[in-house]
Amino acid sequence: MMSAGSLQIMLNEGQPVAEHRPWRRVVVTAEIWNALLEGLAGGAWTMLGLWGETGMAHLALREDSSETMIVASLPCPDGRFPSVGRIHPPAQRLERTMADLVGLQPAGVPDHRPWLDHGRWPVRHPLGAASPPMGLLPPYRFLPAEGESLHQIPVGPVHAGIIEPGHFRFTANGETVVRLEQRLGYVHKGIESLLNGATIDQAARLVGRVSGDSTVAYALAFARAVEAATETIVPDRAHWLRALMAELERLANHCGDIGAICNDAAFALMLAHCAVLRELVLRASAACFRHRLLMDCVIPGGVIADLPADGVKTIQGLIAEIRHQFPPLVELYDNTASLQDRTVNTGFVRPALIKQFGCGGTIGRAGGRAFDARRQPGYPPYDQLEFATPVLTESDVNARVWLRIHEVEQSLSLIDQILQRLPAGPVRVELSSPGQITEGLALVEGFRGDILVWLRLNADSTVSRCHPRDPSWFQWPLLEAAIENNIVADFPICNKSFNGSYSGHDL
Amino acid sequence: MRKLLFQNLLRSPLTIPAPAPSEAALAELAAKVDQAARKRLGRSLSIREVDAGSCNGCELEIHALNNVFYDLERFGFHFVASPRHADVLLVTGPVTVNMKEALERTYTATPDPKWVVAVGDCGRDGGVFAGSYACVGGVSAVIPVDLHLPGCPPTPMQLLQGLLALLQAQDSSQGS
Ligand code: SF4
Repeated sequence: MMSAGSLQIMLNEGQPVAEHRPWRRVVVTAEIWNALLEGLAGGAWTMLGLWGETGMAHLALREDSSETMIVASLPCPDGRFPSVGRIHPPAQRLERTMADLVGLQPAGVPDHRPWLDHGRWPVRHPLGAASPPMGLLPPYRFLPAEGESLHQIPVGPVHAGIIEPGHFRFTANGETVVRLEQRLGYVHKGIESLLNGATIDQAARLVGRVSGDSTVAYALAFARAVEAATETIVPDRAHWLRALMAELERLANHCGDIGAICNDAAFALMLAHCAVLRELVLRASAACFRHRLLMDCVIPGGVIADLPADGVKTIQGLIAEIRHQFPPLVELYDNTASLQDRTVNTGFVRPALIKQFGCGGTIGRAGGRAFDARRQPGYPPYDQLEFATPVLTESDVNARVWLRIHEVEQSLSLIDQILQRLPAGPVRVELSSPGQITEGLALVEGFRGDILVWLRLNADSTVSRCHPRDPSWFQWPLLEAAIENNIVADFPICNKSFNGSYSGHDL
Repeated sequence: MRKLLFQNLLRSPLTIPAPAPSEAALAELAAKVDQAARKRLGRSLSIREVDAGSCNGCELEIHALNNVFYDLERFGFHFVASPRHADVLLVTGPVTVNMKEALERTYTATPDPKWVVAVGDCGRDGGVFAGSYACVGGVSAVIPVDLHLPGCPPTPMQLLQGLLALLQAQDSSQGS
């Protein structure tokens, strides 16, 4: 383990990039890059993101002990870079994606299978030196599982419920899952390519649709990255209204998830009641901001519109109603032995794995990792609000349910505080236009975990490159671990307790 | 649990009254409904939802159709797990290139007579994702579509009105 602050010291030797805000981006040599990877593999820091563009690999890191965040960029003129995934497995899928989209090859890895590219697009390396496809890719090779009396169960991409598409390949021994291998990429929409050259308005709409259930959090992360790049100061009231929307989004999703998880244990009563709560949140959101999911309500520079005159009253009414209806549901969950029988000890993920993957959100916090981007690095107005970060260590489905329950209560309290102390004033400003190339980075806590957005703006304020990273990247792989040694029939409830985003991951 | 169930018996239902079917949807359907299909499907429709690359926003609102406010099942609609049991395919998303084949196969697996409802601005023409190398752009570019329900995402009320138009279109021709 390295000493506190060693990330800073290590990067002092690199070339800082001007106009990258609010944290530093540093161009490093292969030597520093390799030293960074060793720190990463040794657990000295956490990977926040890994992405590429032609001739350059970017690695975003966070050192927990010193709370430093940094982007290290390695020039790779020959299109290759020393693989991160080789010594730090959480990077593997991200690297396969870099190879698919940009054409950057991680050197030294055994797994060269494509990830998002299923061999169907009319173009190869769409984010790099785009070229026509080379013809059919060989059929996707799932990892072999050897042993007596094993059988395979392929599921998807089209699933039985109203859920997003993806493929799961189970290897089972009787009822018990020996291995799950995911294959994702079915909903890849080419969002990063669409973002290249987009105006800020167009880009905001696109990033707000990376994962519809987290539209507020994505729009907020994008807005904050743009505002960092352009050094735009957002009015106070906008910060508070953004937090209000973000907590409404968290509330709606957590209510929906608690019900859906219980429903997968055949306890439909919880789903019915939780769905009512969710609907009440969406209706209040629509009454206040004219969109049930609050799409396009957070914009670079502020928020699209102020609360209507009766807005505070509407939301206070909502909070009172949920405070009235929610506790009996919690009690019901707590007192139903047949339900707990399905959730306790099911889908366990080792906390060490959670830490290694930098897995955030309720999955992370239900497994001992206290990280919450609202607190660290933090952003307004959360620095002025009182809230605890609930953390559990059991790391099973039950803990993930309880974490959501605690966060529902937490969001109710946050909304209360916001409504009481909402500052007056304007809710948006014009973005500054620096007239030169600028870069911005933001990390925002969505209901699913921390969302990272990095971008570079051209001198005319169009987007030169933008990379949104969904929390699911560091959660999907852990689902493979969670299901091991569980029975096949418990997969849906494990999966629901994760609720990874396919769209956010596939981009 | 008993307490909760008992309370539910006593309080008035949350379910909204049935809305009128959407005029726009009725107009789009008028030209398309064929008599034989109407007879066979009756007033009960099984729906298979297919996400063909959505951002998942449309799914959230389709889910909401099942909550007690909208209670889709009271109209005879029912979500099923297999296309082989379905009368209606409810398709969302800009149809990603990676989902095109799965969508085609789902369509083929659905027995005739069948309906395809394209949900959302994405389902109509690709929405904000139109023009991407990874999207086909609009459900009708891949399979024949009977009804479009635009919106980003359409609200449960808009979805409900559209689906009711589907029922009405069958009903009105059954008498004729
Ligand atoms: S129409 Fe809107 S909500 Fe629906 S999938 Fe497309 S972007 Fe998402």
